[in-house]
Amino acid sequence: MALTPSDETAHLEASAVGQRRATPWLLLLALPILFFLSLPLLALFLRSPLHQLATNLVRPEVVQAVQLSLTTGALSTLVTLGFGTPLAYLLARHRFRGRALMDTLIDLPMILPPAVAGLALLITFGRRGLLGAYLDDLGVSIAFTPAAVVMAQVFVASPFYIKSAISGFGSVDRDLEQAAAIDGANAWRILQHITIPLAWPALLGGIVMTWARALGEFGATIIFAGNFPGRTQTMPLAIYIGLELDLTIALTLSTIMLSISFLVLFVVKRVLHQRVTNRWQ
Amino acid sequence: MLKLCGYLLIIITISLLLVSCAPVSAPSTQTDENAGTTTLVVFAAASLTNVFDEIGATFRTAHPGVEIVYNFAGSNQLATQIAEGAPADLFASANEAQMAVALESGRIHADAERTFAHNRLVVVLPTDNPAGLIGLDDLRQPGLKIVLAAADVPVGQYALGFLDRAEADSSLGAGYKEAVLANVVSYETNVRAVLSKVVLGEADAGIVYTSDAAVQSDQLQQIVIPDALNAIASYPIAPLADSQQTELAQQFVDFVLGPDGQTVLAAYGFAPTSGEEQ
Repeated sequence: MALTPSDETAHLEASAVGQRRATPWLLLLALPILFFLSLPLLALFLRSPLHQLATNLVRPEVVQAVQLSLTTGALSTLVTLGFGTPLAYLLARHRFRGRALMDTLIDLPMILPPAVAGLALLITFGRRGLLGAYLDDLGVSIAFTPAAVVMAQVFVASPFYIKSAISGFGSVDRDLEQAAAIDGANAWRILQHITIPLAWPALLGGIVMTWARALGEFGATIIFAGNFPGRTQTMPLAIYIGLELDLTIALTLSTIMLSISFLVLFVVKRVLHQRVTNRWQ
Repeated sequence: MLKLCGYLLIIITISLLLVSCAPVSAPSTQTDENAGTTTLVVFAAASLTNVFDEIGATFRTAHPGVEIVYNFAGSNQLATQIAEGAPADLFASANEAQMAVALESGRIHADAERTFAHNRLVVVLPTDNPAGLIGLDDLRQPGLKIVLAAADVPVGQYALGFLDRAEADSSLGAGYKEAVLANVVSYETNVRAVLSKVVLGEADAGIVYTSDAAVQSDQLQQIVIPDALNAIASYPIAPLADSQQTELAQQFVDFVLGPDGQTVLAAYGFAPTSGEEQ
């Protein structure tokens, strides 16, 4: 079997086993930032007693926000997968004029303040917007709807998947694909059986990052989709409103978001790790 | 790996202990001795953004060496921040309820509180009035896009009060509140967000303060809400008891209540006040 990039990763990891033991002074250097990152999260849990969590969990505004966030987050991820994969493949496999420009454009939504993204979406797809004005003539209105929530999330979160998928596709050994082609596999089968499985860790990592970013989207959503319970009020919006209305709701939703995100990220990381380890064995 | 976790746990526990033993100190202001400037931190309702900027500029000409730092946000956010210990010297709220939250935290003394301005509600429309609205009754037309502030933002609370009074009023009548609320597409987090959505033409109508409408009057049409139905918002102001600049903070309060401050407030669409105690 040819040495694939992921085998290399596994090999590197294996050789690193000898250095696994953390030296105390390195640990000491690493601690401040770890502490800084984890203490506020811990504080959230400490300030939300369990009984309060239980009573708030069944409140309609909390249930609505959780449902809406999970649905829109899943939809945004699917949309990103559907439209982002071809773009990522194109950028990973082809060199053409304007490629660098496209690549940079994809970076922009990641570094743009989300409020700017929301305003940009509003003046594009709002009813007075660049495209929205025409849509409005057709009777299609996007702003203030769940569709606007999904669009805001895709705008802000899809680059995470696309970037990851570009490097994933780029790292697949072309010789393997060519060997399969010589053996008579058509393009679709090569993609299905070789390219995607080999790029899978990067794809999955990207999917999870996009999903997590979509789940946490706030700034673009509140400007483009507004805030309406059950329609456009996702968890981050409900948390923000809850800060004013009822701090315990904000705390409950924050702990729910943290728990869901942590669980998903952790599980995916474990799965990825196992895949790499299994292939190496 | 286990050993690593053990190390981590021990160090985190020790750090936690250290943190919990550390004396709590929240310096509310800093005086930069070298530059000779004093900083006054003012927490003010979002609807005060423009007027306080101008009042602050006038105040500074009378008090050279004073630097004013504003935190403009929804009064409710500000009250939460104050209750959670945010460093501030002054709090100007858009309603009594949020000042009460700050009072409850113990960081403001009730006898220090003064009403410095009044405000009223007005219905705002985009300049081209896409829905062709003429009177208050038109707000019940099905299919409108109306934007209000969330009920926990003072202006949102006042808007609901207006709808209640309209409901009870013979000229608008039963079902008015429900019909208007059915048209609401978004409950914004502060009054300026309501205004932006209307100015951008994304909403057919919104309810804001007359003072906010005054800021962008050239980009809006307005429908007046009669006094009988209108809500008169009172703006309370108070220095924080734990401020390092109590004297300066009190001077700022006096300035806002005095003729200079009241003139600026009037220019920005606020109704004057006699500065009554709460």
